[in-house]
Amino acid sequence: MADQIPVLIILAPLFGGILVLLLGLRYRSVCFPIAVASLGVSLFSALHTFRTVLLEGPQRYFLSGWERGGGFAVGIEYRIDQINGLVLIMIAFVALLSVIHSRSRVSVETPAKVPQVYILSLLLVSGLLGMTITNDAFNLYVLLEISSLSSYALIAIGSRRAALSAFNYVIMGTIGASFLLLGVGYLFIQTGTLNMQDIHGALMAEGLINAPSIKVALMLILIGLWIKMGLFPLHGWLPNAYSYAPSATGTLMGPLVTKVMIYIMIRMMVSVFGIDFLYEQLAWTKPVSLLASIAIVGGSFLAVSQTDLRKMLCYLIVAEVGYMVGGAWVGNLNGMTGAIYHILGDALMTLCLFFVVGIVIAKTGEHRLSAFKGLFKSMPLTMVCFVVVAFAMIGLPPTCGFFSKWYLVRGGLEAGQYPFVIALLISSLVNAVIFFRLIEFAYFQSPDSDTAEAHGAHGESGAHGDEGEHSATAHAHTPVPMKVYRVDPDLDADSIVTEVPWGMKAPLLIVAACLLLLGIFNSTVTAWIADGLKGVGF
Amino acid sequence: MDAFLENFNYIVYVVLMMIGLYAMISKNNLIKKLVGMTIFQSAIILFYVSIGAKEGAAIPILDHHQMHVAAAHDDHADTHKDKADTHEGEHADTKIHKADKHAAGAHSNHTSAEHASTHTDKHKHEAPHAGEHDDHDGHHVSSEINPAKFSNPIPHVLMLTAIVVGVSTLGVALSIVQRVHQGYGSIEEDDILNQIGPNADG
Repeated sequence: MADQIPVLIILAPLFGGILVLLLGLRYRSVCFPIAVASLGVSLFSALHTFRTVLLEGPQRYFLSGWERGGGFAVGIEYRIDQINGLVLIMIAFVALLSVIHSRSRVSVETPAKVPQVYILSLLLVSGLLGMTITNDAFNLYVLLEISSLSSYALIAIGSRRAALSAFNYVIMGTIGASFLLLGVGYLFIQTGTLNMQDIHGALMAEGLINAPSIKVALMLILIGLWIKMGLFPLHGWLPNAYSYAPSATGTLMGPLVTKVMIYIMIRMMVSVFGIDFLYEQLAWTKPVSLLASIAIVGGSFLAVSQTDLRKMLCYLIVAEVGYMVGGAWVGNLNGMTGAIYHILGDALMTLCLFFVVGIVIAKTGEHRLSAFKGLFKSMPLTMVCFVVVAFAMIGLPPTCGFFSKWYLVRGGLEAGQYPFVIALLISSLVNAVIFFRLIEFAYFQSPDSDTAEAHGAHGESGAHGDEGEHSATAHAHTPVPMKVYRVDPDLDADSIVTEVPWGMKAPLLIVAACLLLLGIFNSTVTAWIADGLKGVGF
Repeated sequence: MDAFLENFNYIVYVVLMMIGLYAMISKNNLIKKLVGMTIFQSAIILFYVSIGAKEGAAIPILDHHQMHVAAAHDDHADTHKDKADTHEGEHADTKIHKADKHAAGAHSNHTSAEHASTHTDKHKHEAPHAGEHDDHDGHHVSSEINPAKFSNPIPHVLMLTAIVVGVSTLGVALSIVQRVHQGYGSIEEDDILNQIGPNADG
């Protein structure tokens, strides 16, 4: 029984989703407990598997018992090492907290679609977990499409604007996934196998690595994944899709999807193509890290120019993608360690930011930066968490943001990639501008200065919602107007902003604590990551 | 000209892919964009199927009876193939792998077995390995089956999955277009963008 635990990481949310489909459509109240229970099982299995990995080394799991026969893989293999063990824990943890946090938001924003939101969320999470754990290049594509299809639908559940963003995401996402599939096809032609280790073995053993088709495959896979992760020039779909989606969807997808894509890129780099080939033989480290530097600077400046809170978060995600791509491509151990450590840290930071912004928008009904005015008095706990995450984003010790930047900068300096180092520093400064402005709003400005304006904006947005409902006559059965930013009627009964209920606040406090813990125990985590990287040729 | 004919499938796949990409990027109508997306995906399916195809190859399903006959009557290898039931099919599959492995060993390179079969795929016109291989048939039970005579099933199986994925993507995308149409009363992109305006977020 114990050796079946790795597969439970995937199966728990998958069957949880099916269970919600069977029961939740009739009994509304079971949706949330099933979702929490299945994600809890998944998190427990991930933790247990990671413990086994630490004790016994990387674990392999053969689906349906199709073990390797005659020196090559017959079936689909799952492989868990220190790195994707950590990523699996991160995914399950972030998903669990996000589902708990979003419970009340789901029933307020999309009351007619509660079971659907839970079904799709669980499918999305099982797709992401599967992509992280699988060792089969084609299985990766299938799981990628499972998670993408559920995210398209999750986004389109929102307003009509969200549906349009979801359509653009479908087009871009399909191009990205198809490029990945094509790249895998080129690898398959050359090596005749789909198992990542076997592909690597065949490439190395026969000197195939120098074949031009391998470079084509690498390029196709990278472009596909870059579209999917929203690297700067290819990020067009991301801000609209995440900011117009219902807030529960944004909170779930924002921290997870791009990070998992970056992990997949790193996995493809180290397990399939091999570090020696990428860093020594190809002269791509300079141009790619330059691209990443452009992404960091571009994302940061787009973020600072936004007035909408959620748009700003989305551009911050775009900037952070540049950190990790750059770290993976500077070409040494420190850079790669920093990139993987930042995957974990950035997922928690983004989650924490989405929590804070979600709470602020829900409480004040406003989605501009000025919504933060005077909030420290009315919700001190939330704002303390916000300060923690702001410090992490800027990169101040002892939060995890400082240590990931430390590794990234060290890697950049060792490799002589100065544009990347400069871009990291610029981005830190820009983050300081963004977050100190918000902190100043929260601590030193009183909310009454432009309450009238806020009310005006609120009334206007209400009118907008009515208009949306009017034009969407076919949706007359939907009891709420299709609108993204909705004020929770229970929460701001007499327009006095107070703290949110514990169901929303507890996950926020846990994430903020984790940001500090991940920073304090950074040496343990990076030692695990370094162990994992040693296993793949560093 | 020969190079053109040999790579005909691959040229067609690239052309189709470019047509699809063009439609996705430049068409104004959302449904036309989806048509482009489908062409794009079909091009990739054509690419994969071309990997696995070879001239005169049989479906890789065998039964036990046939395997014994196969050594003697190689030419009629495909006559009884459709009678194989699932169990026998699975069993025969493992046999094929064994044979493949043997073939790989015969060329004295330590490739995986499937590599050997794709290798022959690529050089289907020469097929020197196959002939070489036949000479040793009498000596090894496991080499009764000649992998060069069967098409590689893996790309086809992969594409069955990819077709399912493609159909579901199209389904989701069409329902999203319906949603957009309900919201904006139009499926022309410029129309919708006009309604949204430069700064409004409704």
